[in-house]
Amino acid sequence: MAAIKEVERQETDEGGMGYLQSLPRRVVTVYLPLLVFLIVLLFPFYWMTITAVKPNIEMTDYVNYNPFWVVHPTLEHIRYLLFETSYPGWLLNTIIISTAATFLSLAAAVLAAYAIERLRFSGARQVGLAVFLAYLVPPSILFIPLSVMVFNLGLYDTPFALILTYPTFLIPFCTWLLMSYFRSIPFELEECALIDGASRWQILTKIVLPLSVPGLISAGIFAFTLSWNEFIYALTFIQSSEKKTVPVGVLTELVRSDVYEWGALMAGALIGSLPVVVLYSFFVEHYVSSMTGAVKE
Amino acid sequence: MAVPSVAVQTRLSIRSRLAESRNALGFGFMLPAAALLLVFLTYPLGLGVWLGFTDTRIGRPGIFIGVENYEYLWSDSVFWLSVFNTLLYTVSASILKFVLGLWLALILNEKLPFKSFFRAVVLLPWVVPTVLSAIAFWWIYDSQFSILSWALQQMGLIDHRINFLGDPTNARASVIAANVWRGIPFVAITLLAGLQTIPQSLYEAATLDGASRWQLFRYVTLPLLTPIIAITMTFSVLFTFTDFQLIYVLTRGGPVNATHLMATLSFQRGIAGGQLGEGAAIAVAMIPFLLAAILFSYFGLQRRRWQQGGGD
Repeated sequence: MAAIKEVERQETDEGGMGYLQSLPRRVVTVYLPLLVFLIVLLFPFYWMTITAVKPNIEMTDYVNYNPFWVVHPTLEHIRYLLFETSYPGWLLNTIIISTAATFLSLAAAVLAAYAIERLRFSGARQVGLAVFLAYLVPPSILFIPLSVMVFNLGLYDTPFALILTYPTFLIPFCTWLLMSYFRSIPFELEECALIDGASRWQILTKIVLPLSVPGLISAGIFAFTLSWNEFIYALTFIQSSEKKTVPVGVLTELVRSDVYEWGALMAGALIGSLPVVVLYSFFVEHYVSSMTGAVKE
Repeated sequence: MAVPSVAVQTRLSIRSRLAESRNALGFGFMLPAAALLLVFLTYPLGLGVWLGFTDTRIGRPGIFIGVENYEYLWSDSVFWLSVFNTLLYTVSASILKFVLGLWLALILNEKLPFKSFFRAVVLLPWVVPTVLSAIAFWWIYDSQFSILSWALQQMGLIDHRINFLGDPTNARASVIAANVWRGIPFVAITLLAGLQTIPQSLYEAATLDGASRWQLFRYVTLPLLTPIIAITMTFSVLFTFTDFQLIYVLTRGGPVNATHLMATLSFQRGIAGGQLGEGAAIAVAMIPFLLAAILFSYFGLQRRRWQQGGGD
């Protein structure tokens, strides 16, 4: 009897006091608004997809065809995109640049986060605060001086211009995320290792890092997504068509004349979003929890 | 290690060496991150301020001209228009994002089937590259084949197509709507995390005391959520204020500069127009606003500490 009550209590606890609401009321206050939110939030993706497979005739003829549906789906736009534009090259550039920037930032952030959180050198708190403030410096006020620097360093129009500048927003973010992660690892483990004569480097590589794989994954995904989405630096520092990244390439190279290739544009936007979405869907729990965790800090 | 006293001594010296080396080690560990950030973040920040005082152009190093750039901007109506646009954009988009995001968070906090699925799907607009979703909006806002115009016409609500991006007022509303669309998920998911930390017992107690649903929200949810709202909205304001991508894709500042934000104006003058000095001055003019936002966040955090009973 007590056990049943306990189960009941837990079940009702989960939804709070939702059971106090009648079904019609819930439909109006919860399900209907949720449905509207979902439609509005997801419609652009639907529209992107449907346009990407829609023949040009149907796309501009709203009288004979219902624009919300596609009668004769075609892969023409995707074929055009993949074989007649530099799109595959942009994808490759974006992958290389994002991966390199992510690993560079993760390596630097792991060391920095460990130092701030666990070595507690004098001024560690101030350095932690400085890292936080660095995260708040937006690229929109840095791109002009950075473009001057990039030019003077001879990095203009090379992938290194992006690989070296992306860490400016990736490192603060990853460091911050990893700091909160390292804080959750018991200090005693490190003390044991210290007593056994392990060096700080050994502790980091053999104890802390294996334990923080989830944290590393979420920081890595975040960093990868952020660099994949980056636009203003890629727009400013890269000139030649074949060296562009996906967001910049789609916008500046696919839009040429007054007659927009909407099908190809949407296909480009769709394929450019896919890697991030796939990556995200695999690690959505990490993503959500670390995002909320990072904000809660 | 044969004689105990020696062992004690070595341990002491190791400890003192550790204490000393902690700083050296910390320095070594910090070095890669610090070097990258100092070279590519702190230095450009200073360089940007300096550039604002010069007449640098692309391909020509400038000379110091004092506050001439700022004097010019002070009398430049386009600059003031961009300041106005930025404030309008930031304030209206942030308010909408907050209200709708909070609403969505409250809905997602209810007992729902497939809750984690909804939570995941809702985040999508925030995950995909802004430029690419902005291109989708560009197509949705197309002057001839806009699906919105078509749908509204079919419903009989309007009799001719809406010129979404061609008319100043419409263009402003359209870019704000696109920004809100992209920002809702971030606000909703972070506020949802905040909502989940509020103990159910508080609601039960309040209900027993006869509180209405509005009172529950007003006197239980909102006060407990205030700290996380402060942080979330600071981030949201910061990112909206410095937004560049959406405007660059949808309108490039047009029509007649009606949607130019400070960031896009800075790009247009600095990179496209080649006037690096002037562009940098516009970027520097954004800093006071950003500082105000950060201070707001700081006081939000302070309040949080106080609510938790002091200390940190």
